[in-house]
Amino acid sequence: MGHAKVKISGLRYAAGDAEILKGIDAEIPEGRITAVVGPSGAGKSTLLRTINRLIEPAAGEIYLDGTPTSRMDPLALRRRVGMVFQLPALFGSTVEEAILYGPRLAGKNADAGQLLELVGLPPRIAGREPSALSVGEQQRASVARALALVPEVILMDEPTSALDEASRRRLEDLVRDLNRSTGLTIVLVSHDLDQVERMADRVLLIVSGRSEGAWSAKEYFSGGGRERMRRLVSGRP
Amino acid sequence: MEGLGTVVSALLALGLVAVAVALSLYQRLDLERDIGVAVVRSFVQLTAIGYVINLVFGLKNLFYVVLLLAVMVLFAGWTTSRRAVGVPRALSLATVAIGVAAVATLGMLLLLGVVPTTGRYLIPLGGMVIGNSMNTASLVLARVRDDIGARRLDLEAALALGATSRQAVSPILKTSLKSAMVPLIDATKTAGIIFLPGAMAGMIIGGADPLEAVRLQMVVLYMLLGSVSMAAMVVGLLSYRSFFTPRHQLRNVPAKD
Repeated sequence: MGHAKVKISGLRYAAGDAEILKGIDAEIPEGRITAVVGPSGAGKSTLLRTINRLIEPAAGEIYLDGTPTSRMDPLALRRRVGMVFQLPALFGSTVEEAILYGPRLAGKNADAGQLLELVGLPPRIAGREPSALSVGEQQRASVARALALVPEVILMDEPTSALDEASRRRLEDLVRDLNRSTGLTIVLVSHDLDQVERMADRVLLIVSGRSEGAWSAKEYFSGGGRERMRRLVSGRP
Repeated sequence: MEGLGTVVSALLALGLVAVAVALSLYQRLDLERDIGVAVVRSFVQLTAIGYVINLVFGLKNLFYVVLLLAVMVLFAGWTTSRRAVGVPRALSLATVAIGVAAVATLGMLLLLGVVPTTGRYLIPLGGMVIGNSMNTASLVLARVRDDIGARRLDLEAALALGATSRQAVSPILKTSLKSAMVPLIDATKTAGIIFLPGAMAGMIIGGADPLEAVRLQMVVLYMLLGSVSMAAMVVGLLSYRSFFTPRHQLRNVPAKD
């Protein structure tokens, strides 16, 4: 499976009285696309947010390259582990300002034009208002924004759920190409098994806040993964 | 002052409240009860404070003046916290902000010798500072709370890009402070043209020299601008922290999956 870029061990998370993650153990291989799948409410998005410590786990540990992230400065961690959300959430008066938000906070320079090219957008839109772009373009710009910090891992939380079919496919291609060309490690939360089959190298199944297994994507889909998910979603054994 | 200083005149002015009640009944605004409560409360409270101020003046001891102002600050903090439902630690935040604004503004006026160190000046001026700071603190707290709720996604996105809580919340803080301060800034801009502010109106009615009244009104307006800005800033800077952890995490991110 290769080197584990991220290792999750005994992870638990509670929001108030509600225990959302009840014990997750998983390894995210370096340079691969790992899809986190599971019925809705399983804790997929919550798991993603513990990896860059947007939320604080109640117990357990997450290691990045073997270092416990609980002992890392959260800001430094988030510069190494980027995130793309369900909606673009670009802020700033221009696309350039939006994309360079991360590097500017870190006191670093980055080339907005180059970043836009990297995600397949024309550099000339750098001066436009983010809201002037289509949602698909905005989502690509938000990938550029995450890339601007040159992260080692990118977490993607249902990144195509707000997009139409054409933009969805283009974003999928973009993410796969980025992964192949740069060796970026990607963790993808998706409820769309077709998308997972098109994109993922590995599949991690979460059910009711517990990790239920991990497979190579090939094994998962040839070994009745879809059928299993249908049963989980319908609630029948 | 004939005709204005008696209880009878206050009761006669109540006749105007009947107009408000009639309007409420006629248009079914459902405000009669609230108007009634407001009238009774204000009557009792104003009468009481009149006697209290009279008592404090009679004691001729600055300690009681300070004590009265402190009670006013506590009550203002409590009122603000009741309006700012859902803001963690609202009571202490609001009390500190209003207290800081009151101490700093009144202290400055005393140090610079703008007003004499007597209850006759300190109590009414303090009341204005505390009242206005209270309203501003309430507005800022409610706005910060609402905006943090409405813009969770932006906040998470900023934090995920390595922003500190302060950096992530700064656009929200800016708009909250601005919206809370604009009413007073506008009132200051239009003072003397559109309306005659309360202190000045009161002095002129009381028979003071209009120029003297204007001088005091200026002190009041600038004092209020200063104290309101201070209250807004302190409450803004303190309040956002309640919504984040020290590790730059938003508290209580709703569990979406």
